[in-house]
Amino acid sequence: MGVGIHVEKLNAWYGTTQALHEIGLDMAANHATALIGPSGCGKSTFIRCLNRMHETTPGARVEGKVEIGQLDAYDGISPTLLRRRIGMVFQKPNPFPTMSIYDNVAAGLKLNGYNKRRELDEIVERSLVSSALWEEVKDSIHKKSGASLSGGQQQRLCIARALAVEPEVLLMDEPCSALDPISTGKIEELIFQLKAQYTIVIVTHNMQQAARVAEYTGFFLLGRLVEFDKTEKIFTNPSDKRTEDYITGRFG
Amino acid sequence: MVSLRGAMPEKNKQLEISLWRRLKDHFATLFAITTVVLVLAPLIAIFGYLVFKGIGSINFAFLTQTPKPPGEIGGGMANAIAGSVLILAIASLLGVPLGIGAGIYLSEFGRNRVGDMIRFVSDVLNGVPSIVIGIVAYAIVVLRQKHFSALAGGVALAIMMIPTIARTTEEMLLLVPNAYREAAYGLGVPRWRTTLSIVLRTATSGVITGVMLAFARVAGETAPLLFTAFGNQFWNWKLDEPTAALPLQIFTYAISPYDDWHRQAWAGALVLIVLIVGAVSAVRFVVRRGTLGAA
Repeated sequence: MGVGIHVEKLNAWYGTTQALHEIGLDMAANHATALIGPSGCGKSTFIRCLNRMHETTPGARVEGKVEIGQLDAYDGISPTLLRRRIGMVFQKPNPFPTMSIYDNVAAGLKLNGYNKRRELDEIVERSLVSSALWEEVKDSIHKKSGASLSGGQQQRLCIARALAVEPEVLLMDEPCSALDPISTGKIEELIFQLKAQYTIVIVTHNMQQAARVAEYTGFFLLGRLVEFDKTEKIFTNPSDKRTEDYITGRFG
Repeated sequence: MVSLRGAMPEKNKQLEISLWRRLKDHFATLFAITTVVLVLAPLIAIFGYLVFKGIGSINFAFLTQTPKPPGEIGGGMANAIAGSVLILAIASLLGVPLGIGAGIYLSEFGRNRVGDMIRFVSDVLNGVPSIVIGIVAYAIVVLRQKHFSALAGGVALAIMMIPTIARTTEEMLLLVPNAYREAAYGLGVPRWRTTLSIVLRTATSGVITGVMLAFARVAGETAPLLFTAFGNQFWNWKLDEPTAALPLQIFTYAISPYDDWHRQAWAGALVLIVLIVGAVSAVRFVVRRGTLGAA
């Protein structure tokens, strides 16, 4: 089951450049939250702070509070353990090129020392079914390399890989920006189904996409969270002038 | 191309340009083929000449017997072949893990002053003459053990392997896109595991190429073995005894005054090249079968 995410006074830096200023918001469990905003506004940095991926960049620094359910992400837990509870899907599909489809999905478990063959088989199948890829690849999961799939299939493979470790939260950083409309449609449909089990945070450049998949939307600008509300409200009656300018296409 | 030309208004001018372009095209192709031939010619010539000179002296006795005393006809290089295999095994056992380990450090953790120092030192080490490396191994192994040994020879060759392997490993690991590292971190895989199971594995074929380059280079080295392995007319399997090696045996026989030894030197050189090519191909074959359709 998904858990809520509570963020308070979050600041992030790349070297001396501050990328996030005093971000605070609450994301509801088992809902999708979309983050929109022009390039460089900090939305990707923000979700990378949620699973402590930001700090893997040399010179990067984070301050503030992030709670994943009851868990304080920046206090008393190693980033590695935290990331096992938070799945992440990246902008460009990145299946491990030397691994078969099966091994890609099982990677998170196998590389963490989990090796029970029969249970792995089950988890791999379940994850591929959840990511709507099973029917297309079930005959070749051991034979084919993950890199041999099409872009859209690769992205669903990456989603399956993230789901296999049974996270509570799924972070998606522009998961459809490298995909064609049909694949995008499939992934959006998937996001809809996955909400039942996971809390989803999705960064997107596509405002229609935000409107289609997310109950809540946050608008980022210049490293600040300008507005955060129900998606409907953001797109029909935003409180802030800058949000309105952005969604009506006046800039960005 | 032909149909396009028909559609061109200024027919003659177009034809002229196209002729000039085609000439350039042919010239470039010819140039490329010539360079390939020039590069491959010495290799083929050497191998062909070795086969021509050496194949006649390779027989059962050559591959199974130890050398006969000077002046006597017959005997073989079996002990030198075995000695080379032994010394190269020691060198690989020491050099490959150290070289790959250093390469991993340089690529994944060495973006700092220490890394720059190691890079510099390793490049310098790569340029040190092999005879000097032999002296180093003599000083640190032979003098301590009080006699020449296979181990000393292996150490000398390992020192020569390390910088090549380290730098190629580094280059190959740097080619692995960061997206794969992040994908693994995102799954909660610790950094050390990501480095070994994702980064190193993705770069395997490149790393193997570096290892094989280093191996092939030291397999033919003579100078660093002169006062480390030293050579031996008899069988020896002990790590701390003087040991025969093919390059040493070839050297000794080639400068001897006996015709039979000259013939055996040619045969030895042929066996050495076949051993190197065989080892490199075998490793490539095994690695290729072990990895799944890596791009």
